[in-house]
Amino acid sequence: MDGNAPDFAAASRAALADPQLRGNFRRAMDGLMSKRAAQFADTGEWTGVRALAASVRLRALSKLPELLEKLEENCTRNGIAVHWAATTEEANAIALDILHKANAKLVVKGKSMVTEEMHLNAVLEKDGIEVLESDLGEYIVQLDGTMPSHIIMPAIHLNTKQIAHLFKRKIKDAESREDAAYLTDLARRVLRAKFQAADVGMSGVNAAVAETGTLCLIENEGNGRMCTTVPPVHIAFMGLEKVVETLEDVPPVISLLPRSATGQPITTYVNMISGPRKDGEKDGPREVHLVILDNGRSGIYADPELRDTLRCIRCGACMNHCPVYTKVGGHAYEAPYPGPIGKILVPQIEGLAKRGAMPHACTMCNACVEICPVKIPIVEIMGRLRVEAVKPGGAVKDGGAKASRAEAMVWSGWAAMNASPTAYRIATAAMSRLGNAAPASLPMLKEWTNVRTKPRFAGRTLHDLARAKGVPDV
Amino acid sequence: MSATPKPTRVYYFGTCLVDLFFPDAGMAGIELLQSQGLTVVFPQGQSCCGQPAYNSGYRADALKVARAQLDLFPGDDPIVVPSGSCAGMMKKHWPDLFHGEPDEAKAVQVAGRVWELTQFLVHVLDVQFTDKGEPVRVTWHASCHAQREMGVVEEPKSLLRQLANVELVELKREKECCGFGGTFAVRHPEISAAMVGDKVADIEGTGAARVVSGDCGCLLNITGALEAGAKAARGQHIAQFLKERIHGR
Repeated sequence: MDGNAPDFAAASRAALADPQLRGNFRRAMDGLMSKRAAQFADTGEWTGVRALAASVRLRALSKLPELLEKLEENCTRNGIAVHWAATTEEANAIALDILHKANAKLVVKGKSMVTEEMHLNAVLEKDGIEVLESDLGEYIVQLDGTMPSHIIMPAIHLNTKQIAHLFKRKIKDAESREDAAYLTDLARRVLRAKFQAADVGMSGVNAAVAETGTLCLIENEGNGRMCTTVPPVHIAFMGLEKVVETLEDVPPVISLLPRSATGQPITTYVNMISGPRKDGEKDGPREVHLVILDNGRSGIYADPELRDTLRCIRCGACMNHCPVYTKVGGHAYEAPYPGPIGKILVPQIEGLAKRGAMPHACTMCNACVEICPVKIPIVEIMGRLRVEAVKPGGAVKDGGAKASRAEAMVWSGWAAMNASPTAYRIATAAMSRLGNAAPASLPMLKEWTNVRTKPRFAGRTLHDLARAKGVPDV
Repeated sequence: MSATPKPTRVYYFGTCLVDLFFPDAGMAGIELLQSQGLTVVFPQGQSCCGQPAYNSGYRADALKVARAQLDLFPGDDPIVVPSGSCAGMMKKHWPDLFHGEPDEAKAVQVAGRVWELTQFLVHVLDVQFTDKGEPVRVTWHASCHAQREMGVVEEPKSLLRQLANVELVELKREKECCGFGGTFAVRHPEISAAMVGDKVADIEGTGAARVVSGDCGCLLNITGALEAGAKAARGQHIAQFLKERIHGR
């Protein structure tokens, strides 16, 4: 295994061994699933709005280069400075450059998964800039020195008691109270002071409207609005796929996103950002920057099958419904995007040498596909990545990195046995007679029998029974 | 559905897991179809739908195996499969697997004739079963591929509800995967164990003596875990369960 490759199996073992963590996820995800289901009780409405949202995303992707140019043009006209970053390094350099020019010492951030992808906080801290996450969940994981375990609810792996302990340890004068209202108020007081003092505010983007040059940002806490209006400089970060064509394309996306994610009909705040403070206006930032990140996305875009990955609106519902994610939690993936969307997106961004194991952390149950609000064929893409992982020369970075001669031989032998009726008859007869004698210590059987009895070969196959009972062959 | 003439002859694709581990369930499926007056043809040359290699990234090997099945089902008669997962592989994935191949048209034709067993019993045969068994409480485990690839959700439960002495108690998380996932169970044994552990707890919560399912991958997993955990409930394939109820044992 690659020395840098995260070890999902080991990380998931550790997560499974933590009953507190498992309980936190099970409870949280059960709640989120039932809240979402209540939002879409009317299946006709769900089918319609889902088809609409999927078509919005498909149409945007179908003319992505054109829309990105239009977005840049209209943003620029609105006074938003647009910066293009091919890599996360470039995006970080752009951010640092803006911060240096603003002589910034303190940055407040709203939620942005793209900046997680960039590891921006670490870059800023290394540069001596204080950076504070202002989304409550992000604030908690930042205090805890960890990373988000869910793209929508970053601290969902912790319960109130754990957060109370954390706050007691990390926040001056904090009382030890396991009370969500108290803890929220405490965080709010810390953050409020920082909002007022911050030199730069940062945010993500939920949808960028090409025709108007508007950045749409939805959130529940008002911290997004603070980050984007109070500090004198606002920097927004987006993956290049986040563009939509028209203003009318926004409502289906911002309706389906919270309904799918948390079961809310709409978020508390919907911010439509269309530029910096104008002459004579009394509030708003003096500068607004938009950093548009590629980081492998144009490669994903180039492949018609893989392109569907880019439809994602980052609602995180696939995580809530994933039976693997709900068991191991988000940290086990050691990736900015965990769960089903992470299992297809991260290997395409970071390559199959590092992330070739991710597409296998899936039973292909299709629960994510069933609820994805923009109908991403996640499992089909998962299957494609499994092919590319063992077959060099494909479209994905480091294709063939997981190719194994031994595994290829096993499958080739399996195919030879199953493609010839004679070979199949001989092999199944042998397995039926001798298979039960196989020791449970054999590889694969060992893993299986850890929590299960050995599968029992029946002795006679269905072929035998059908023949004996005179079931016609033709 | 009953307006369309019922077929008189069907093919049966038994699947490799049934062949090796649950042949009685496979045979029960054949007998259920025969009991409806159908001629059931079981081509002896059949083996596997190709799904294990397909889902493992070895598409060429999957294609080789799927191709070996194509000529076994000439004509237009329906092909009935006692597994939602294998039926889904044939119906949904064979067209993709054979895309651009010289025999693509044949594969698409065969795929279009595939039915999952309970789907066929309900929608095509409109069966009405009479229960001769003792009172029993059961629960239903829905396989992921039956539900989400074949769209089979209510059919098997409607069959169980036909049985007067069978009390069906649904699982709290009926739609959640049991953790089998083919090679997933051995690639990620701990996660798979946690998943089947949750499933077993859900089954226990129903107080059912049997967990009935239409897929043998799930049954191997769930039954194995029930046995290893010394739980009272046992797994059974729906074909075998139905056959036993109809015959009163």
